[in-house]
Amino acid sequence: MAEGMTWSIEEADKLTQAEVYGQVLTQLGEKDPKIIAMTADLAKSTKIGNFGQKFPERFINMGIAENSLFGVAAGLALAGYKPVVSTFAVFAALRSAEFVRTDICYQNLDVKIIATHAGISFGQAGSTHHCTEDIAVMRSFANMTVIVPADGIETGNAVAAAMDWPGPVYIRIGRGFEPPVNTTADYGFQIGKAVTMREGKDITLICCGVTVLQAARAAKILETQGLSVRIINMHTVKPIDKEVILKAVMETRRIVTIEEHNVLCGLGSAVAEVIVESGKACAFTKLGIPDQYVIVGYPEDLYNHYKIDADGIVEAVSALMGREIEEDENWDDET
Amino acid sequence: MPLAQEDIKRLREKAKDIRKTIVDITFTAGGGHIGGSLSQTDILVALYYKYLNIDPKKPRWEDRDRFILSKGHGGLGWAAILGEKGYFDKALLKNFNKTGSPFGMHLDMLKVPGCDASTGSLGHGLGIAVGLALGAKMSGRKYRTYCVMGDGELCEGSVWEAAIIGAFHKLDNLTAFVDRNNLMIDGPTEEITQLDNINDKFASFGWEVLRIDGHDFAAIGGAIEKAQTIKAKPTVVICDTVKGKCVDYMENDYKWHYGGLDSDMRDKALACIDNYYAKA
Repeated sequence: MAEGMTWSIEEADKLTQAEVYGQVLTQLGEKDPKIIAMTADLAKSTKIGNFGQKFPERFINMGIAENSLFGVAAGLALAGYKPVVSTFAVFAALRSAEFVRTDICYQNLDVKIIATHAGISFGQAGSTHHCTEDIAVMRSFANMTVIVPADGIETGNAVAAAMDWPGPVYIRIGRGFEPPVNTTADYGFQIGKAVTMREGKDITLICCGVTVLQAARAAKILETQGLSVRIINMHTVKPIDKEVILKAVMETRRIVTIEEHNVLCGLGSAVAEVIVESGKACAFTKLGIPDQYVIVGYPEDLYNHYKIDADGIVEAVSALMGREIEEDENWDDET
Repeated sequence: MPLAQEDIKRLREKAKDIRKTIVDITFTAGGGHIGGSLSQTDILVALYYKYLNIDPKKPRWEDRDRFILSKGHGGLGWAAILGEKGYFDKALLKNFNKTGSPFGMHLDMLKVPGCDASTGSLGHGLGIAVGLALGAKMSGRKYRTYCVMGDGELCEGSVWEAAIIGAFHKLDNLTAFVDRNNLMIDGPTEEITQLDNINDKFASFGWEVLRIDGHDFAAIGGAIEKAQTIKAKPTVVICDTVKGKCVDYMENDYKWHYGGLDSDMRDKALACIDNYYAKA
């Protein structure tokens, strides 16, 4: 937990991801007068309005104008401020993609984007409000750092860490209401360093965001089946922690990635790129949203439908364990 | 205070030099956005040689006036001025557009001293300018922000988003210009789309609107000075200009949005510029 944070685990347990970030950002604002919070008519929905209530003079609501939201943020960053911009992920990453890319990333400006309602967390709202493409888009922008916190506690850590991290940062969170995964905030969160939540030697689950909790649940089930499951919370999708991935390849030889995102170009693809570049083959499965638009539903139902909940993960792990792979100790004969 | 005759004479001389440099860069680069660079020249010359509070020796000075060329394709004409002002060695302009050069067609703030924002994607500049002007208000800094837009880019919705927010925040430290040369890449603006009544459009968004001849220094200076006195709202100066100004075979021809010159065309262009300024 960053220095000076006053929210407690008890509070974070009861707060949504967005509520935690609204609170953390407000506390950061007391220390750093350069922080300006910005939104486009989603002050309440994204909780960035908490900052605005405390610091109305450093809060800008653009109205429903996402492109200028990021353009004006760029201008404020050029004027020496540190804008923190919040809107729904679908607008930040898709509607305003070129403004984020050209005005902010190209110029490498110190703008932090906290995108809420990402993935299928706003499942009932329908496809216009789902966002299963943002990791793909954001990680393709040079200079951009992409963080997908697992819960409210990690969101607080990520927001605090982003303030000290140079250049643009995209933090992807849900609508809230997700149960916490972490039991303490003080677990050494560092941008770019994955958290190994559980050691294991038979298979590794690499996950981010809401799927971390599902992976933890799946691991408990798999443990009763005699499997030793490693869980890696890859909260930073870019820059990705290559070391932890390669260690998992060498030590477990079986990897499943799980994400609340299109299986193309997201976490699974990022992990696959690292594996392939290493030349060390391993059994590998990507779980996520298939390359299609998501049906309407409550997030929990959708996780089940798209098999990224605990049951889906168990099923995928069982299938992968049944796949024949070369398991000798000698990696030297593989290129 | 209106521009003195000697000021106007000095600015005309600068404009003549800059226009010739624009022709030279276009020739050596093998092509460039010459038409729009020539139409914007007098607005930029007035700003850079009379009004902007800047110091080329300190390009990142915090209290400098900011200049955003939203019509980033005018980067060629802007670079000609920045080089002449001494932001960098003018000899570098010979490499304009060349591989590894700091100068692409659209200037990059990370590579070109004096460039306050990387622009070129249309419809972005006014938003950035609004952010800069808002930043000045919030921090109590006295700098002014100037933004030059093309008329064609007014089709972009983001311009009007920025116009709304600029008026809402009463940004009287922001002056925008529209280089109204009536031409876009594909032809006359009024044949491609409908941009008429620009004055009314901006006025209805809450801006102070001035309309001038964009090649008349007295008018440009008068508008800039008037904008500095306007309180509680941003000002837009609609500048009626001629694309390809001063080069007879380019004037008002949309084909010269972008073009290359052989040595004969270059010589003719330079002669046209001399002729124009030889007249009173």
